[in-house]
Amino acid sequence: MSNTVIYAVYEDPEQLKDGARKLVSNGIKVKDVYSPFPVHGLDPIIGIKRTRLAIVAFMFGIFGMSLALLGIWYFNIFDWPMNIGGKPSQAFYKNLPAFIPVTFEFTVLCAAHGMAITYLIRNKTLPGMPARNPDPRSTDDKFIIEVRTADNHGHSVEAIGGLLRSTSVFEINERHY
Amino acid sequence: MHSEAAIRQPLILGHKTYHDITNDIVGPIENKASRGWYILFTIAAIVAAYGTGCILYLISKGIGAWGLNKTVDWAWDITNFVWWVGIGHAGTLISAVLLLFRQKWRMAINRSAEAMTIFAVIMAATFPGIHMGRIWMSYWVLPLPNQFGSLWVNFNSPLLWDVFAISTYFSVSLVFWYIGLIPDFATIRDKVTSPGMKKVYSILSFGWTGNAKAWTRFEEVSLVLAGIATPLVFSVHSVVSFDFATSVIPGWHTTIFPPYFVSGAVFSGFAMVQTLLLIMRKVMHLEAYITRKHVEYMNIVIIVTGSIVGVAYITELFISWYSGVEYESYAFINRATGPYWWAYWAMMTCNVVSPQVFWFKKLRTHLGFTFFMSIIVNIGMWFERFVIIVTSLHRDYLPSSWNMFHPTWVDVGVFLGTLGIFSTLYLLFARFFPVLALNEVKSILKGSGESYKNDAAKHHHH
Repeated sequence: MSNTVIYAVYEDPEQLKDGARKLVSNGIKVKDVYSPFPVHGLDPIIGIKRTRLAIVAFMFGIFGMSLALLGIWYFNIFDWPMNIGGKPSQAFYKNLPAFIPVTFEFTVLCAAHGMAITYLIRNKTLPGMPARNPDPRSTDDKFIIEVRTADNHGHSVEAIGGLLRSTSVFEINERHY
Repeated sequence: MHSEAAIRQPLILGHKTYHDITNDIVGPIENKASRGWYILFTIAAIVAAYGTGCILYLISKGIGAWGLNKTVDWAWDITNFVWWVGIGHAGTLISAVLLLFRQKWRMAINRSAEAMTIFAVIMAATFPGIHMGRIWMSYWVLPLPNQFGSLWVNFNSPLLWDVFAISTYFSVSLVFWYIGLIPDFATIRDKVTSPGMKKVYSILSFGWTGNAKAWTRFEEVSLVLAGIATPLVFSVHSVVSFDFATSVIPGWHTTIFPPYFVSGAVFSGFAMVQTLLLIMRKVMHLEAYITRKHVEYMNIVIIVTGSIVGVAYITELFISWYSGVEYESYAFINRATGPYWWAYWAMMTCNVVSPQVFWFKKLRTHLGFTFFMSIIVNIGMWFERFVIIVTSLHRDYLPSSWNMFHPTWVDVGVFLGTLGIFSTLYLLFARFFPVLALNEVKSILKGSGESYKNDAAKHHHH
């Protein structure tokens, strides 16, 4: 059975949201949406869950903080305590105030880079990756809804097309696989 | 979509469409550069080459080539370092703090301000590097296992805190900037026709697709990065100020330094943003996006931070008397009336007195005057660092060691050189990178664009 992908192209994010709302309320699953900028309020309509990247950042931050504290303790307290200007590195807790700046910076360093790398991997955006947007205009001024017949067995291509035409769609394209 | 009060001034002028925004920003990248760009680039590259030569000379001769002496053993090197780091504060402040405050006007300026930040921090990092003398030993600042009985770096030292602060700040700013650039590179990739450019921008855009989940993640990452970059911005210049504040030199040993340095940094950073953007909006025809209102907003930031700096100067002066410490009072009396009085009063005039003229709406919305003032502020902030560093050092506890600082041609050449390298990098950025966060600007078009706002207002009256 041939698999058809329908691309509904809109010119305005609000019109796209109305279109998506209409599809979803008629029981049609929206595969994805491509847009030049984030369309606020779209995610709950097409059923996208909140990303957990903030938790990832927090965990990388905790990791960075622990690593910094452990490292500083090892370098300056355990392995080679130095006495500089009559201010010896005697005990970790006594010197802790002086260790806060580096600990803070290292926490931020790990949180930011850990999250950024996770973000790039999760989005499949890395140097040399191919672009997968269906239409080059989706990074310029068009907002595109992608619907696959494979996800919507109860609905014919014509029915979906008819439903889309009742919204303020700019053009409808089909691609067969 | 956010609807905005009709009395708020539009942030995008004229009748722009999404496609117009793409064309306005990608057009200059696709087309040949103007003659003006080539002229500026040539000048900048010559200065940069001269500066690089001076740096190489310095490295081969040692820092004796500078005008330092036994008493004034820190001068232009650290002055330039702090000046550049300070300038590097506006970019992340604009993109992080203003993002958290949901200030839409940041969108037209954040990209170029972040670029400025990154280039300024590179220039700043040059100075601690070259002032080590033996720059090939610079990896010693890292806690690496070594052959000296494993002698580790000292984590109690503010100079080491600086290493961590500056490198974290640089790399996090770079990542923040690049994550914002990816979708815009994708726009360029999908628009340009020349196959070579398409190839380059598709590598730079990392295969960005712009699907719904990617945008959700994009917004989350921007928000979280802004959240952690905000305390980072404040920490960086606080740590820079600790280089002085934790010492026992009168004039440096003051607890007011961290907030005073941070506000001074924001002050000078915004001034540099004004200098660069006022030229760029004209040369690249961005008047519709970087409007008079944007310039006014930045001038308001300048007046606020300038006033904080003014209060800090006066507080510092008062405390030097109130503390009853004679060395402390002498350091400040000497600043204002000693042989470096001209530097002190240049600082006072440029940083405290002159920004107050921005209370007049006519002046803070005047573009030519703003440009002039931005240069004044940059000069003033350079003098601030010079005053703090050199005037505190040049009169030692022993009058027999009192000395003046005289810069050599190498001091001047290295400083000019960093200005040249900075300008070269910035011009390359303006030529090949999207100078506005064009996709973010599109997202505010229907809320803050002039024609849409006016239509909405008309509609309301009917």
